[in-house]
Amino acid sequence: MDVVDLSRLQFALTCAFHFIFVPLTLGLSILVAFMETRYVQTGDELYLRMTKFWGKLFLINFALGVVTGITMEFQFGMNWAEYSRYVGDIFGAPLAIEATSSFFLESVFIGVWVFGWNKISRKAHAASICLVAFATNLSGLWILLANGWMQHPVGYVLRNGRAEMVDFLAVTFNPNGWIKFAHQISSAYVVAAFFVLGISAWHLLRKNETAFFKASFKMAALFGLVAVILSGLTGDIHAVEVGKTQPAKLAAMEALWDTQKTVGINLLQLPDTDHERNYFELIKLPSLLSLLATHSLDGEIKGLKDFPKDERPPVLPVFLSFRLMIGLGMLFSLLAFLAVILSRLDSLERYPRFLKLLVFTLPLPYLANQLGWIVAEMGRQPWIVYGIMKTSDGVSKSITLGQVAASLVGFVLLYGLLGAIDIYLLIKFARKGPDSDLSSLIDTTKREA
Amino acid sequence: MELQIIWFVLWSILWAVYFMLDGFVLGSGMLQNFVARSDIERRVVINTLGPVWDGNEVWLITAGGVTFAAFPTTYALMFSYLYTALLLLLFSLIVRGVAFEFRGKVDDPRWKSLWDRALLVSSFLPALLFGVTFGNLFRGLPMDAAGYHGSLMSLVNPYGLVTGILFVLLFVVHGGLYLSVKTTGAVKARSVSAASAAWIPLLVVAGAFLIYTYPATHLFDNFLAHPGLLVVPLLAVLSLLGIKVFLVKGKLLPAFTASSLTILLVVATGVVGLFPNLIPSSLDTRYSLTAFNSSSSPYTLKIMTGVAILFLPIIIAYKVWVYRVFRAPVTNQDVLDNKQAY
Repeated sequence: MDVVDLSRLQFALTCAFHFIFVPLTLGLSILVAFMETRYVQTGDELYLRMTKFWGKLFLINFALGVVTGITMEFQFGMNWAEYSRYVGDIFGAPLAIEATSSFFLESVFIGVWVFGWNKISRKAHAASICLVAFATNLSGLWILLANGWMQHPVGYVLRNGRAEMVDFLAVTFNPNGWIKFAHQISSAYVVAAFFVLGISAWHLLRKNETAFFKASFKMAALFGLVAVILSGLTGDIHAVEVGKTQPAKLAAMEALWDTQKTVGINLLQLPDTDHERNYFELIKLPSLLSLLATHSLDGEIKGLKDFPKDERPPVLPVFLSFRLMIGLGMLFSLLAFLAVILSRLDSLERYPRFLKLLVFTLPLPYLANQLGWIVAEMGRQPWIVYGIMKTSDGVSKSITLGQVAASLVGFVLLYGLLGAIDIYLLIKFARKGPDSDLSSLIDTTKREA
Repeated sequence: MELQIIWFVLWSILWAVYFMLDGFVLGSGMLQNFVARSDIERRVVINTLGPVWDGNEVWLITAGGVTFAAFPTTYALMFSYLYTALLLLLFSLIVRGVAFEFRGKVDDPRWKSLWDRALLVSSFLPALLFGVTFGNLFRGLPMDAAGYHGSLMSLVNPYGLVTGILFVLLFVVHGGLYLSVKTTGAVKARSVSAASAAWIPLLVVAGAFLIYTYPATHLFDNFLAHPGLLVVPLLAVLSLLGIKVFLVKGKLLPAFTASSLTILLVVATGVVGLFPNLIPSSLDTRYSLTAFNSSSSPYTLKIMTGVAILFLPIIIAYKVWVYRVFRAPVTNQDVLDNKQAY
């Protein structure tokens, strides 16, 4: 382990930890905004109680997402100074725009929402959570445009010993960033949908607040079905984009060693990196990969052997993560479809085993989101900026192994502790269910402006 | 050329506003254990901060992001050279954020007092670390062609420490005044006393800082070359004295305004002295990082200027609106009424 390895490990861990909280924030903010908007439109107190209950879980989750986000911005400079110096002219801009356009909006209006219950009108209060949802998702766009540039650098020239921006619009409309964004937010909505479905199912199994949790379930089921379909569609478009711009990543995702036309997909296979082959390839679906990746049956796909060994990503983790993510996505589609049907027919109670299954499914979309990022980031290796700069060249020169080891241990301990507390609190308040004392809820919302 | 000066100014303003806004949050966090005695009083203190702390912290994120976008070389070297100090800062800010959110979530006195203590430490450390860091930036970092020759311990020099203590005391006074405007009854009375009591050592340390700055840094070079600039530190001193004048008269909001101005003007004094350096080298001025040799390309700066012109007025507008919505002092009843309160 050297400074590069430890810095990579630290970045991966802190990023993955941050990303436990982000997807739920992205999706649940929209659901809570919808609930409160419905309350303002209909005056139905059920929606107010939903807003309060899911809002409370949203906030417990939100807190850790915010505080762990600062780490990401600091680490570019702390551990990846050579990278930051080399690409700051172009990479810093989306980050600064994210802060000014989105992060301010989100952080200011989350305060208004939490503390403004009896200070502003109902409409203004609902508007503030809508702004939070909008800003959170916009924030994701700028972050993914920054990441998209690392995956597929555009709009720059190499000049004065660094990458300099020459075309801001190219950076802003980088197709890689936009398609990543679409795939990411829809996948995040899947997390939020299954979060609400799982907790609602848990309460429905116990016959707690049946009307409340049926309504929540119904809303989340539809949201989840739309999200999982979009996630699949955008994932497909994304894979085509990856095939065009990062062929080595696509080859690793499919463990494809030789360049071929009319490439199929083997349902079961396992890559053997040392011998540049697969241990076994079973149940072949002919031409499917060509069709998916090039949208033509006989499309040619580059194999890993066409890339020098030191320019190939680690095949096994990228391949396995990709496979597992796809499998999970299919499972979510099926479950979301059933959830919509059963909640529409109002026959959820008749299928307790389905409800139980949903409770246990709750963590899986989180896993799928993490796996997607493993594919994206490990699949980009050995490049920190695809084709321009190697990860090993991006690390800070001034930091020592001891410093990074100490900070890594610090992060693991602090994050471990805070993560455990946060999950404990989420479970505690999720189990407790909504407040039953309606009168106190209504009193705290001022009726006029 | 001109764009680089504009961004030096904007960079300075972001830091100054961040210190002014987070300064009272950090100061209130340090004082919470002293001005509040009962659980409800402690809740009142953190609920005065609730609607604003997160939005205030974003000024730091933006200052960081703007350093990255406008002065990438400075961002890269500053953050990697000050690795351990920034790590401690990061950990403190993380703990502070969750302390607000977690404290009220379990109804157990030991749990609450744990987070009260966490809030104290995680408010004190950033104040000290920011002060020590900026003291060292004023002084210059030991860097040359071979890179950085300092360490965490080399930051802990007498001048760095004086600046650190200056920041801590500035924020304590500022936080005490914020709480005296934003609370009522006993908490208000104790906050006023805390601010008055901390003002005297603040005056002493501010005087020491000003005098010590002459031999310890090159900040005075710019002021001696352009004596008209001395109006900035002069106004800083006047605002500092103004705090006491208003306190004696019992005018709390003007006193808080004076402490806000003091923080802005202390930072202004520092950056006017630094210009055009962002980080001077204490070894060889040829290796100083300046607004001119560490900036982004003119194209990027132009884009970023457009972004600033577009978004800063909007940000300021809704921030002002929020401070107006939440201008009334927080009472025990307010905290009890809002189930989502901290």
